[in-house]
Amino acid sequence: MKKKDTFEQIRAKHQEWEQQVYNRAIKENPERKPKYKNLSEVDIHHLYTPLDVSDLQYLKDIGFPGDYPFLRGVHPNLYRGRLWTMRQFAGFGSAEETNKRYHYLLDHGETGLSVAFDYPTLYGYDTDHPLARGEFGKCGVAISSLVDMELLFHNIPLDKITTSMTINGPAAIIWAMYIANAENQKIPKKQIGGTIQNDILKEYIAQKSYIFPPEPSMRLIVDTFEYGFTQVPKWNTISISGYHIREAGSTAIQELAFTLGDGLEYVKAAMQRGLDIDAFAPRLSFFFNAHNDFFEEIAKYRAARRIWAQEMKTLGAKKPRSLWMRFHTQTAGCSLTAQQPEINIVRVTLQALAAVLGGTQSLHTNSMDEALALPSEKAVRIALRTQQIIAEESGVTNTVDPLGGSYYVEWLTEKMEEETYKYFDRVAALGGVIPAIEKGFFQREIAESAYRYQKEIDEKQRVIVGVNRYQLDEEPSIPILKMDEKGEERQIRRLKNLRKDRDNTKVQRHLQRLRTAAEGDDNLMPFILDCVHSYATLGETCQVLRDVFGEYKEQAIY
Amino acid sequence: MVKKIRVLVAKPGLDGHDRGAKIVARALRDAGMEVVYTGLHQTAQQIVTTAMQEDVDVVGLSLLSGAHMTLFVDVAELLKEKHMQDVLIIGGGIIPQEDVPRLKKAGISEVFGPGTPVEDIVSYIKKNVKR
Repeated sequence: MKKKDTFEQIRAKHQEWEQQVYNRAIKENPERKPKYKNLSEVDIHHLYTPLDVSDLQYLKDIGFPGDYPFLRGVHPNLYRGRLWTMRQFAGFGSAEETNKRYHYLLDHGETGLSVAFDYPTLYGYDTDHPLARGEFGKCGVAISSLVDMELLFHNIPLDKITTSMTINGPAAIIWAMYIANAENQKIPKKQIGGTIQNDILKEYIAQKSYIFPPEPSMRLIVDTFEYGFTQVPKWNTISISGYHIREAGSTAIQELAFTLGDGLEYVKAAMQRGLDIDAFAPRLSFFFNAHNDFFEEIAKYRAARRIWAQEMKTLGAKKPRSLWMRFHTQTAGCSLTAQQPEINIVRVTLQALAAVLGGTQSLHTNSMDEALALPSEKAVRIALRTQQIIAEESGVTNTVDPLGGSYYVEWLTEKMEEETYKYFDRVAALGGVIPAIEKGFFQREIAESAYRYQKEIDEKQRVIVGVNRYQLDEEPSIPILKMDEKGEERQIRRLKNLRKDRDNTKVQRHLQRLRTAAEGDDNLMPFILDCVHSYATLGETCQVLRDVFGEYKEQAIY
Repeated sequence: MVKKIRVLVAKPGLDGHDRGAKIVARALRDAGMEVVYTGLHQTAQQIVTTAMQEDVDVVGLSLLSGAHMTLFVDVAELLKEKHMQDVLIIGGGIIPQEDVPRLKKAGISEVFGPGTPVEDIVSYIKKNVKR
């Protein structure tokens, strides 16, 4: 048997190579930039060797997929068994229009649904509310009552397809509408599967579609956890999201640290309620961004799995499933360019590939036209085909965690983990996540990173193809999605008819019961379900909670 | 002493995407202007009231939700109603090219889309500020 190289031998050879080969080479061919940095401002060296990962212990720090610390994946055979769910975030105009888009996507091979709601819905307002002016159906579908929810999922088998819903402030109400719709179709709650985003902390931090103050918001979230694992056990009752933190301008390290920090905050809140960690933890899920720096993104997903497993173990989780960091990925919307929109297809391909190499459980690929408007049918089909090519043609699905053991990737994974723990300490020093939000800590950190990134682009230190280099004199125009202009009128008529035709005594009774429950400390899910079953609207139900809980106002920091 | 240009950066409607607005606010401040940022979720009425109270020379509107055809136009009309035609109105966000002519007709002087260097906005304001 051959003897293995020792670290001493490698170190000696490395020094020799640096001096005699590398340094000579860069005298002849100087490097293009004085420093190479990734998007988190981490210095990247010219080469990584076993010396950079010499302190790693394979069994303890890396291990096997499906086994602690889950660095290499939560499933032992990953995509060899089942491909990731291809789940395109979609929604615009009325429920009818969006339902058509869902059928179109499913017909083209999509394997899960993902609902984008319009702004009034995200804020718990009905379409005819004064603050909804101009917003109907603009960046998602308008859902004001169970009637709209029924139309949205018309002819879609709720017991066979899983649905993710990007909803936060009014998540409990929209989820109740989904459950009620299934119940009305005689599909048992235990059979439906999907995800509600339900992550309010990142709303205060970055995405800003909050309604209530932190305390009642956390209560509603824990209510959904508890209702979920007892009544709707296949549902992910939260998708702890870094996506929006990143879109708001954070670095990858900030995205990782703030998201996992938020996750731990939810776990602690649920444990404070007295819930068993191993009952609710298996239904926690995550949502990350896939931005431009390929290896940094892959390292981010891998680090997230290990940190989460470690932290959950420390908090007392026993079941392996409770330690799993399962996640959805969306390619970075903020990286898309309005200039030469077709080249976004290439950006999205690279980002999606990073997500797959990072072991994502589901994936949304952005459409090339999204820096201009919501995607056209053609644009979204190409985005879906991009995933299908990665899945079926590229060969990257043949083995689990193909980059595991790469000196660079393992080093970077370690580095991101280290930086994440530094942020955990800083947040703890501020008194925890919610006090840090109230002090504007995350918001300031993100605004700084966003400003720096923009400055680098403006000063051409960072090249964005088509924007600050390789521009065209004449920008090509591409067709933009047209929405049905009659949609809003139809929706408002439907709402008016609903308010007239339903049993209003029953509606008022259920709303009153919800109010009383909200003033006490019962789990609100059953009360909300009664409201939506009686066709109380989203706005009416949310108003009851607004009355009891009040509204959150933020201090703007820039 | 030359009077500093006063700019109101405003987020009309329910849109929560404030990355661009905040970057622009900071860049204008760094360029020597006095900047007031409204924060989120402003009605057209609130924006115009703030513009009057703060006596600004420029109103910069940012919207990524797609509601610009309604909300930008609302702000421009209200400013006209209040006889504030000498306030320069500019806009930015996710705005398709084909909407730009109608926005300009409504009184939005210029629209800055994704990828605009902030320096372009600074120099546009300096060149076009009306008072």
